[in-house]
Amino acid sequence: MIWDALSWLTLSLGSIFCVVGGIGILRFPDLYSRCHAVSVSDTSGAGLILIGLAFQAGLSLVTVKLLMVLLFLWLTSPASTHALAKAAFSGGLRAE
Amino acid sequence: MFLVAMIAVVITMGLKLLRAALGPTVYDRILSLNGFGTQTVLLIGVSGFYFGRPEWLDLALVYALINYSGTLAVLRYSKYGSLAMDLQPKGGA
Repeated sequence: MIWDALSWLTLSLGSIFCVVGGIGILRFPDLYSRCHAVSVSDTSGAGLILIGLAFQAGLSLVTVKLLMVLLFLWLTSPASTHALAKAAFSGGLRAE
Repeated sequence: MFLVAMIAVVITMGLKLLRAALGPTVYDRILSLNGFGTQTVLLIGVSGFYFGRPEWLDLALVYALINYSGTLAVLRYSKYGSLAMDLQPKGGA
């Protein structure tokens, strides 16, 4: 019962963060500020949704796999955003 | 509860595709496609729980890896013009 309520809460918060990141990538004026919007949705949104699924699964192998996916997303998403920003800067794009 | 998360993730995918279609530079498109891949990973995970098959998380893990290498490959191609190992950077993208 308590796990159901917690997983409702984290899944809905995670969905809100994902949609906020999606709106941000449309509304921001420049590539570098869009990187900040994507980081919200890739880090917080994905983390909260996967933690909400882990509350549903309980202590089992499924939770270990969920935490592996989460760890991988948290490690690689900032790395690829940084590589993108560095490539954009060395390609001559400057912030407004 | 899973249906709410799935609908929100699909809406976010649509918003990011809109930026991929609109974005004036190629970097906007690469950024939104990287985010689209992350939302795909989330969609596989949540829909696996919705349909009662949590084994689909293996697919989500594989797609997270593919998305990461794909983004880096597209960045390397747009900087160098080719995917070969030893190249000089060309100007602009």
